[in-house]
Amino acid sequence: MNGGDDEDVVAASADQSPPLQWRFSQVFGERSAGEEVQPVDMISAIEFDHSGDHLATGDRGGRVVLFERTDAKHSSGARRDLEETDYPVRHPEFCYKTEFQSHDPAFDYLKSLEIEEKINKIRWCQTANGALYLLSTNDKTIKYWKVQDKKIKKICDINADPSGAVGNGIVANGVPDANNSLLRLPVVTSHESSPVAKCRRVYPHAHDYHINSISVNSDGETFISADDLRINLWNLEISNQSFNIVDVKPEKMEDLSEVITAAEFHPTHCNMLAYSSSKGSIRLIDLRQSALCDSHSKLFEEPDAAGSKSFFTEIIASVSDIKFAKEGRYLLSRDYMTLKLWDINMDSGPVSTFQVHEYLKPKLCDLYENDSIFDKFECCISGNGLRAATGSYSNLFRVFGVSPGSTETATLEASRNPMRRHVPVPSRPSKLGSILGRGSESAGVDGNSNNALDYTTKLLHLAWHPNENSIACAAGNSLYMYCA
Amino acid sequence: MAMVDEPLYPIAVLIDELKNDDIQLRLNSIRRLSTIARALGEERTRKELIPFLSENSDDDDEVLLAMAGELGVFIPFVGGVEHAHVLLPPLESLCTVEETCVREKAVDSLCKIGSQMRGSDLVDSFVPLVKRLAAGEWFAARVSACGLFHVAYQGCTDVLKTELRSTYSQLCQDDMPMVRRAAATNLGKFAATVESSYLNAEIMTMFDDLTKDEQDSVRLLAVEGCAALGKLLEPQDCVARILPVIVNFSQDKSWRVRYMVANQLYELCEAVGPDCTRTDLVPAYVRLLRDNEAEVRIAAAGKVTKFCQLLNPELSIQHILPCVKELSTDSSQHVRSALASVIMGMAPILGKDSTIEHLLPIFLSLLKDEFPDVRLNIISKLDQVNQVIGIDLLSQSLLPAIVELAEDRHWRVRLAIIEYVPLLASQLGIGFFDDKLGALCMQWLQDKVYSIREAGANNLKRLAEEFGPEWAMQHLVPQVLEMVKNPHYLHRMMALRAISLMAPVMGSEITCSKFLPVVVEASKDRVPNIKFNVAKLLQSLIPIVDQSVVDKTIRQCLVDLSEDPDVDVRYFANQALHSIDGAAVAQS
Repeated sequence: MNGGDDEDVVAASADQSPPLQWRFSQVFGERSAGEEVQPVDMISAIEFDHSGDHLATGDRGGRVVLFERTDAKHSSGARRDLEETDYPVRHPEFCYKTEFQSHDPAFDYLKSLEIEEKINKIRWCQTANGALYLLSTNDKTIKYWKVQDKKIKKICDINADPSGAVGNGIVANGVPDANNSLLRLPVVTSHESSPVAKCRRVYPHAHDYHINSISVNSDGETFISADDLRINLWNLEISNQSFNIVDVKPEKMEDLSEVITAAEFHPTHCNMLAYSSSKGSIRLIDLRQSALCDSHSKLFEEPDAAGSKSFFTEIIASVSDIKFAKEGRYLLSRDYMTLKLWDINMDSGPVSTFQVHEYLKPKLCDLYENDSIFDKFECCISGNGLRAATGSYSNLFRVFGVSPGSTETATLEASRNPMRRHVPVPSRPSKLGSILGRGSESAGVDGNSNNALDYTTKLLHLAWHPNENSIACAAGNSLYMYCA
Repeated sequence: MAMVDEPLYPIAVLIDELKNDDIQLRLNSIRRLSTIARALGEERTRKELIPFLSENSDDDDEVLLAMAGELGVFIPFVGGVEHAHVLLPPLESLCTVEETCVREKAVDSLCKIGSQMRGSDLVDSFVPLVKRLAAGEWFAARVSACGLFHVAYQGCTDVLKTELRSTYSQLCQDDMPMVRRAAATNLGKFAATVESSYLNAEIMTMFDDLTKDEQDSVRLLAVEGCAALGKLLEPQDCVARILPVIVNFSQDKSWRVRYMVANQLYELCEAVGPDCTRTDLVPAYVRLLRDNEAEVRIAAAGKVTKFCQLLNPELSIQHILPCVKELSTDSSQHVRSALASVIMGMAPILGKDSTIEHLLPIFLSLLKDEFPDVRLNIISKLDQVNQVIGIDLLSQSLLPAIVELAEDRHWRVRLAIIEYVPLLASQLGIGFFDDKLGALCMQWLQDKVYSIREAGANNLKRLAEEFGPEWAMQHLVPQVLEMVKNPHYLHRMMALRAISLMAPVMGSEITCSKFLPVVVEASKDRVPNIKFNVAKLLQSLIPIVDQSVVDKTIRQCLVDLSEDPDVDVRYFANQALHSIDGAAVAQS
């Protein structure tokens, strides 16, 4: 894979890798023309596992679907390796593996609230004994799943006659037979195997508000779950107790001014985690400092740009997703209009800011009217830390080169022909507070796309393969995969 | 082993059910594995049953757990120690399952078997098993391996021992934190079997690595290793190598590590010995008592007494007491509560004068704490308090606190204080009790919460036991009898309850003369609940009073009740009548 040592690559900004040429790779659940999308089929979560050999999606219907890589899972014979060097670009290919019903609709009788089955997040856990493990969560309940190839068993050669007439001679004469040779152990024959998902643990009743994030710790034994006001710490093996580590609930709910929007553990430091807020700040906390982490160890905020405040400033500042880069030094965040890259050693401001859909700025009022302004777009960063991607409307998503000096940007559409709209979207990465002329270019965007932007087809969920340039993204009920 | 003497058919069913679809039936069969083995005989158990079990280790965790447990005591069923090795394969595969409790049970069972195996078998089969697990592809196997080294190591050849030590050291540096945690947990056990020559060199190197691990969860397990290894090392080595680690840990960046130090403090002190405790661990402990994390202070505060026992009084007064004063006004109620539960133990260590001078003010301030838990913790150690400061001083400050707690708005607090009343009574003595607490005891009988009324009734019984029937006759019985006339039926019922509890203590005479007329009167109550409680109560009085009284009074009353319009009253009256007849039959 490219770039064994990320730090080196990032540092060596001089020799830029050439911009990636994205190609369509695969699609699952493609919609035929005119077909209505059932709400339950809408994909609501996407996640690659750590090896990149598996991909999981969750949907509004509470189902989790697993895909398995087909091109990389053969024995690494030396000859094969040699052959493969003849085909330098082999993009990952996935096939459907299995699916299971993770969550069902439920009803909270105490609060008279329906609990949707929609999968909010999926996180992969440590693989063990050849089985896959993952956590899935809806608004209230987290579940720990094990997916394993199970052999289909047939049991034969048992003692008792199934018809029950004669017990194979054992009780036929009514006298206990002293000869134990008549006792036989059942013989189990097994042939084919198929993946079976089993719910290993359920972590219920720990959240008063809706869970927005789960994240597994590098220590392999704990994970966190975050809702609007609290973050809880769990041990994977203990489902009946969790520890509250962050609580931002004010004494009076009227004083509430900020909610937690996302939380993630540092990829290697087991004591560090970051969480973002609706006010646009990201806090880094150190679990070593105290049991209840009310005080952050670092706070990352965009310095206030003087003047340009409007009614929408606060709404669009809300961070919808954060992701640590693989080594944990950089942190990617997404708010409504921008994608930001932070260096956790620099809390004065983001390293760079990328405008995702600057041309929407004049339309914030419409977006507010139809609630689109509250859409929560996810973001993802490539395994080598060189590029990041995030979604937009009209099933578009954008890829930015995030290494210093990179001007790479690409706009793709989640369809079989990702480059169809070749739109010169105005989006050179703008450092620290973007001073971009936008008038003419953004007009060009609108002019280019004949039909007006479609706010209903939004690309919220996407994930970057951990060690290759491959992106999986959700457009409605379809899973599109692209590679470069 | 005895030949088959059980009928075979049930065995056949048991065997079949090893593979039944119903987990309960499988579980049942596995739990009776020894029965199956006995029926099959030793040879077939070895050749068929055990291999069968090895192949079927993908069952539900509950079944696997039961299997892991059964196999640990299976040596007699496979033909004794010389065949013990056949049990290893199924347990080996159980050592690799993902569920921790199954693995732990399997490791347990393997240790049991391994410690009985002959030396040559150990080398031939047990050690290779440990090596296989330690080299396992998945972390579960390697985690299990860590728990087996101490058994494998004993009775090994020198070459193998060297290999095992180096394998363990690799496990201490495993990529997976889970494996390193297991290695840290088991290091003490393993070290205990290793020759002392290697202890200083190799084991301590592993230990040092673990104490510097980047994962908090590994380091905090190494804290326990300090105590275990410290006991194995020579005193001077311990001081040189363990003490600095403990001091470092007590200042670790992670509060969880410091918490472990506070929790393990006594064991750590034991390991380094009293001299080092005084010189080096006192400052460390003082830091923990003043830690900025409440959890650490809670753990440290709970160890105050044990720690002071290791010191002389001067050091305690000089270094620890100032911290204790601070803790008694700590911002966290849990810290104060932890302190309150142990602080009285300091009194004998400090002696009477120092106690009155230093400890009493702390004690009094805790007794007035705003949180009931803190006050309760003090009161529960009342006997210790009394011994040191004497009853007069105690009662002045104690009584207001008790009265306040007895009327606390949380019923659990009231319940807790009721539990201590008999203890209080014995400490305060009759005279004191009459004035102050008698009224409270009666008040509880009319509490709004059932549990309190019930506890109050029980309390009367315990007081009657403590002070004797005569005292109870004067101070308790009149009030209880008065309550039977209460307009509220729940209060009348509670009076009956108190009577039924007190009757055995008061004896036959008082029961007949005082209680029985009242009870018979109550049988004419208009509330059915009272009436069937009377029936129950009468039933409980039968063994206490004379047969003549039973025949004369109780039976008649029950017969009346058995014709009551209410079905429940009739039911309990008949129950009681049956038991009279039963008792009569038993006597004749």
